[in-house]
Formats: sequence, C-alpha cells, structure tokens
Amino acid sequence: MHGLINRSLQCFLRDTYGPAVWVSVARDARLGFDSFEAMLTYDPALTDAVINSAAGQLDRSREAVLEDLGTYLVSHPNVEALRRLLRFGGVTFVDFLHSLEDLPGRGRMAVPDLDLPSFSLLDDGNGQFLLKCRAPVQGGGHVMMGLLRTMADDYGALVLLEHQGFRDGAEVISINILEQSFAAGRRFDLAMKVG
Amino acid sequence: MDGTSVDHEINLQVAALDRLMPMHLCLSSTGQIVSAGSTLAKLFAGNSVAGCGLFDLFEVRRPGGISQMSALKLHAGQRLYLGLRADPSLSLRGIAAPCANGQGLLLNLSFGISVIDAVRHYALTDADFAPTDLTVELMYLVEAKSAVMDELRNLNLRLQGAKVAAEEQALTDTLTGLRNRRALDLELAQLTRQAMPFSLMHIDLDYFKAVNDTLGHAAGDHVLCDVAKVLCAETRSGDTVARVGGDEFVIVLPAMTDAGLLGQIAQRIIARLNEPMEFEGQACRIAGSIGMTLSKLYGTVDPHRMLNDADQALYASKRAGRAQATLHTDDLAGIPQKDC
Repeated sequence: MHGLINRSLQCFLRDTYGPAVWVSVARDARLGFDSFEAMLTYDPALTDAVINSAAGQLDRSREAVLEDLGTYLVSHPNVEALRRLLRFGGVTFVDFLHSLEDLPGRGRMAVPDLDLPSFSLLDDGNGQFLLKCRAPVQGGGHVMMGLLRTMADDYGALVLLEHQGFRDGAEVISINILEQSFAAGRRFDLAMKVG
Repeated sequence: MDGTSVDHEINLQVAALDRLMPMHLCLSSTGQIVSAGSTLAKLFAGNSVAGCGLFDLFEVRRPGGISQMSALKLHAGQRLYLGLRADPSLSLRGIAAPCANGQGLLLNLSFGISVIDAVRHYALTDADFAPTDLTVELMYLVEAKSAVMDELRNLNLRLQGAKVAAEEQALTDTLTGLRNRRALDLELAQLTRQAMPFSLMHIDLDYFKAVNDTLGHAAGDHVLCDVAKVLCAETRSGDTVARVGGDEFVIVLPAMTDAGLLGQIAQRIIARLNEPMEFEGQACRIAGSIGMTLSKLYGTVDPHRMLNDADQALYASKRAGRAQATLHTDDLAGIPQKDC
C-alpha cells in the first residue's frame, strides 16, 4: 500500500485525536516504526492493522473510522492540497462524480505507483447515481461516503448517500442529488494562492 | 480522398466561435479588432477592445518584423509569439487564418507557458477555457507534482537529519561524548590528504585500574567523563579528542607545528589530571602520561607510523615514572624529556 495512503491515515488519527492516540495505535498495530513515510510503499496488511487498531482504541466501528477519514481528507486544512486536486475534477458536483472514473489515472499522472480505488459511475439521468468502488483496502467505500458527503458540501450540493454493501466484488454507493446548487459551497480558485 | 480539394466555407455564430475559441480575435483587413473572445476580453479589465488596432494592443515578438496586417497575412498558418503591451510579462501564442471573404483574419491565441500566472492574475476559471483545452489538466498536474515534491522534500529532510544523527553516533564514544577510533582515523586520513601539518598526543591514564577496582565501575566511568572534560578544555575547538581504548586517548591538533607549545599543552593536561576528581564524596586520584609527535618530523606523513611513535613516546613517559610528557625522537631510548 502506498505511503501516501498510509500517511493520510496517520495524519487523520493524529490531527483528529491527538499525537498520543497515533503513537498508541502504531504500537498496537505493531508497525515497528513510529511514522509512515509518504513516498515509500508498505505491506497492505499494515494498513488494515492500523484501521483495526484505531477502531478498537476509539471504540468505534471500522466503517465509522473510515468514513471520518474520508471527511478529514477533503476538509482538514493540513490536507487542503487533496481537496484542491479533487476540485479540478469539475465545476459542478455532477462533473466531479463523473471525474471519479478518471481518478486512478489522474493519481498515476502525479505518482506513478499510487494504487487508488477504481470507480465506475452509473447515471440514470435523473439525479440518481450508483458509484461502484473497488478499493485496495476493504471498506474503501466508507471512506468515499465521508469524502462524497463533504465534497457535496464543498460544491454546495444537497445529496443523499447510502452505502449499499457489496455487489459483484465492489462496494456500491447510491447517490441521490436533491439539488445541485443548494448552497454557495466553498470557493475554488483555479490557480493556487502564492505564498 | 481523390486529391482534389473543395473549399467548404463554415459559417459560425460568434457565440459558437467563442465557445470553441474563447481567446480569438476577428480582425478587419486594416487590423481593427471586430470582435474578441470572452476570455481574451478579460485581459483588458472590462474595456471593450472592439475597434482598437491589433498592433496598438499587441506586439508580435516572433517572427520579427510583423507590425502590419500585410505582414501578418504572410505568416498565416504559422505559430506566432505575441506580447500584450499593457502587461509585457504575459506571453501569448497564436495562429492566424484568413477569413473566407478574403478580407480579415481570424487570430486565435493561447497563454502558452505563462498560463498559470495568467489564470491567477486574471482570475480565470474552468469556464474560460474551451472544453477541449487541457489547461485545467495542466494546472492539476502542476499542483499535484508540487504536492508530491513537497512530500519528497520533507522525506529528504527527515532522511538527512537521520543520516547526520547516525553519522554522529558512528563517530562518537557513547560514554564520554568524545570522538571514537573511527572518527580519529577519518580525521588523520583527511589531514594527510590535505597535506595539513598536525601534531598527535597519545594519553594513557595512570592508576585508573585502581580507581575501577576499589571504587567500582561507576567511579571509573565518572573519571573518564571528567578526563574528557579536561582534554576538551585544554585543547582548541578544531582539535580532535578521541577515546581509543579503555583509558587511552588521542588528541589530533591540526596546524600545530611548534613542539614547545605542544609540550606546554601536555604539561597543562598532566597538571589538571593530577588534581583529585570527586565521585560521591570519594577522591579519585589518577594521573596521565603523554607521548607526542609532530607531522613535520616526517618526510612522508604516515598516520599509522605517527600513532606508533606517539605510543612509543608514551611508554617512555611511563618508564620515566608517569605523569610525564615525551616528544618522539628517532633515537628515543626511553629517556623522557622533562621539558619539551
């Protein structure tokens, strides 16, 4: 599993619950080191161990931890770069949903060995979508639940999301767009601020 | 595809042309701007450019010599590099094509390599670019790459810090914090390579075993640390003080060529080592014997031989009754030099 993904998980636990929780999770998961490096690659079993250990220590379900991770990834100031990169996917939330199919390709443009989840989107043309998600870590769909909910807010769209479990080896999320421009959303400038 | 070409005319509404080429200019045969694409219009801060002369607002930088419509027409179909007179830092690329009526020109522009600055400066959005334009992907890539570069830079800084710490550990004697044998060898090799003159002092503690045996290893360790402090205090910051054995030390003094001065330093060290050191209320008495040599005594500097010679001089000091300093001489027969 790519260090960027592991490092995101680490930063999420550290920024949300404090450094002590991360230290304790890392010890409990028997990582053998105290910090993931973003640009190295790790055994996927380590990622699973960290998620399980975090769920145990925080006394929450694995799914809830993963969903919070998804929210963190696109809302915390420490990872603003990721939110910006996702916003390049489109001008509206629907554009953004369609851009998810390109996400692994976009990820590889920046980091050739990055193993992002792959997506396929079914659009019934009526504001109803089904997103099929195949993630390298089981429960990646729950990360997407948190991420989609927060990105919908970011775009100012009003949506209903439901994780429908597994179908044909993929996690399925139903997305019902009630209103595309429900609120103002967050501003997105194409060019990054300097300094 | 029979080789005969039939020229078809395409008539487009200006709005459609704008969607396809939001940075176009329609030019009259005299070079007046008839209409401008919506993104290009943003470069002029809301002022209408219709009716303005092309060459009043833009300069053609390459190819040279294009300042009239007649010259521009000759370069139709070629890549052009243009500048904006109001913002010389902005460079544009363009291509001109004759209009079907044979009168004016259609000039399509893009930002070229300055696109990111332009997007920032003119607050452009996704909608300002044609859907076929890859500008937004380019910006995505630049941003993704800089995020990755930041991560790599951080990783490099952490690795560099770890490397410095590991090297420091590898060169340090853990008990006293002095340099170790490895650091000494590196220093001697470097001085030899640089042909820098230097002096060596080999110091061996006298009566140290007695301290260890009677007061215990903790007292012995304490004494070694105190000795380290004395040796550092009596030498210069550029000198290397290394612990090379249980109670053996070597000091390398770069640029030291004065045997008299070297002897004075040795005597100061001996005097201070003679003072009793205290450990948990107990006085620990030791002394130090020193052997010395200088690189200038040798035709060819061989650190290994110099260490041996300093060692021989040290044993001459020991034989002469300890707490002495002896300078190496070729005919050293065990007679210590009382005053160097």
